[in-house]
Amino acid sequence: MNKKIIATTSLAGCFGCHMSILDIDERILDLIELVEFDKSPIDDIKKFTQPVDIGIIEGGCCNSENIETLKYFRENCNILVSLGECAIMGGLPALRNGIPIEECLREAYLDGPTVQLNTEQIIPAHEELPMILDKVYPCHEIVKIDYFLPGCPPRADLIWNALYALITGNKMELPYEVIKFD
Amino acid sequence: MSKKITIEPVTRVEGHGKVTIFMDDKNNVTQSRLHIVEFRGFERFVQGRPYWEAPVLVQRLCGICPVSHHLAAAKALDVIVGAGNGDGLTPVGEKMRRLMHYGQFFQSHVLHFFHLSSPDFLFGIDGDPLQRNIIGVAKANKDLAVQGVMMRKFGQEIIRLTAGKKIHGTGAIPGGINKNLTIAERDELLKGPDPLNADKMVEWSQAALEFFKNYHKANRPQVDGFAAFPSNHLSLVRKDGALDIYHGVLRAVDAEGNRILDDVDYHEYDKYIEEEVRTWSYMKFPYLKHLGKENGWYRVGPLARLNTCDFIPTPLAQKEFEEFKAYTNGKPNNMTLHYHWARLIEILHSAEVIRDLLNDPDLQSDDLVVKGKKQYEGVGVIEAPRGTLFHHYKIDENDLITMANLIVSTTHNNEPMNRAVNFTANEYMGGQQNITEPMMNAVEVAIRAYDPCLSCATHALGQMPLEMTLIGSDEQILDYKIKD
Ligand code: SF4
Repeated sequence: MNKKIIATTSLAGCFGCHMSILDIDERILDLIELVEFDKSPIDDIKKFTQPVDIGIIEGGCCNSENIETLKYFRENCNILVSLGECAIMGGLPALRNGIPIEECLREAYLDGPTVQLNTEQIIPAHEELPMILDKVYPCHEIVKIDYFLPGCPPRADLIWNALYALITGNKMELPYEVIKFD
Repeated sequence: MSKKITIEPVTRVEGHGKVTIFMDDKNNVTQSRLHIVEFRGFERFVQGRPYWEAPVLVQRLCGICPVSHHLAAAKALDVIVGAGNGDGLTPVGEKMRRLMHYGQFFQSHVLHFFHLSSPDFLFGIDGDPLQRNIIGVAKANKDLAVQGVMMRKFGQEIIRLTAGKKIHGTGAIPGGINKNLTIAERDELLKGPDPLNADKMVEWSQAALEFFKNYHKANRPQVDGFAAFPSNHLSLVRKDGALDIYHGVLRAVDAEGNRILDDVDYHEYDKYIEEEVRTWSYMKFPYLKHLGKENGWYRVGPLARLNTCDFIPTPLAQKEFEEFKAYTNGKPNNMTLHYHWARLIEILHSAEVIRDLLNDPDLQSDDLVVKGKKQYEGVGVIEAPRGTLFHHYKIDENDLITMANLIVSTTHNNEPMNRAVNFTANEYMGGQQNITEPMMNAVEVAIRAYDPCLSCATHALGQMPLEMTLIGSDEQILDYKIKD
């Protein structure tokens, strides 16, 4: 059997979902027998080198770069999985959705108690910085997502069971402990 | 004709960022920048939430060191519920939090060393990029990879048993904690099945330190000279000058070791620290007010902590500390790659503290929470794995948050990381016509030494692959490389 190819990315997430992947602990050593990793923040592959079987997305979309990355994943991955609440529904960063973005920027760069006297009213804006979106969007509003794994972060056992099922084509096990979310 | 090089994004660090480097017609570096490209707005959107939500909300800044945010917020809220200024908890309250924190230090430092940085030591800066990752490590040196995986697991288990969950737990509450450690839980960590027990962790920490020291011995000029530059250093230290990552006073030293901040009560942090905003990065640039922007910037994190403290209060780590200090004749150590050395000493220290704490019967006490007279403002400061972390909140009569200010560890290292990028860009790219993959990785290695958590820093996070473009003064693309 050819090894399945996996790729992962973090958009507007906190990396906790990636940490939860690592929390499969020893099973990582089993995993690397079953799969090969392509583009992922844990390795040095920056652009896809081959068609990918399973793409794992952490985080929703808060800027233009997130959107590009997400589309790039959709184009190159056969199956796309939204991992965690941020990818599924924006998660905690989406708390800003009810607040005008100007107010968030103002608080961080002009009004904060330790910000230098910012007489020129400098707020970061530069050709090198991607455009901030008006809201934080869940991934399925941007591209088609095939599977959703809930939790903040999803438990390592849930991730392992789901990946194992996707890799082997077997039915996924869902005992109660792994479908308890927060 | 001038050129511009873009590196985007950087991998094996935690966060979204990119690097641009400008060169003149002789290919000398004229400007380099590390841009942090994400913005989240936590300071604003936690306003209006009840204060007790802060420790669980704000940790979602960062899934790599959530415990730091959890505890810094909890410490600020201790002040708000009238439970003293960071030292007023019951013994079990403080010690459970310490156990949680040292557990996280252990796992986070291990993650950084084994999973993210060891590939550079094992395969070299110019090693095969396809091999330069933890999976490559597992194939080349299985024992090392297994140790990394199991050590991280041990740290995560401590967090689970103290905070309720490995990532984004709920253990710390304003004024204390919501559970103690049962005898069964204690024994699981103290005498767990091999290798998951405290003794083994001490032993493996020593082995990891040996691994680095041997590497250092064999590669002294590279390790010592790589992106080394003088700077100030800042951290918390215990009142008596000991290394303490949970509580203490602020101290800063300059490159020569003179104290430029001493015995400062962190509740007054805003008298001493100010942040500059620059147009090209969402990450601010902090500096010590009294020294100004030019001279007041400083480093934080493992290297800074070992430069500011006088001693380490556990025997094995203290011995290593003495060797570390002797290497620079007792003066501050300003070598960027020595962050790794300092980090490994802290891993050993954490393992020792964890073992001591597990043997402390206070952890089984039931006196979990303290409450006093309500205050309307609180500051909580802690040493996160990557450096000093400040949380500051104000609330109103309805217990809703009206102001939140966060200065996270990686932000303090903004200027130093920019300098490290500049150094490596000059060293590896200055005068070169073509950009090669190893040159790009060299820049990444410099950034990686700081173990930046750019997610924390912009209160956002993501991946950092690397992409470089060489652009002529006429905006024409001369060379373009993607690391793959
Ligand atoms: S779902 Fe939770 S753990 Fe995952 S990225 Fe979002 S905040 Fe982090």
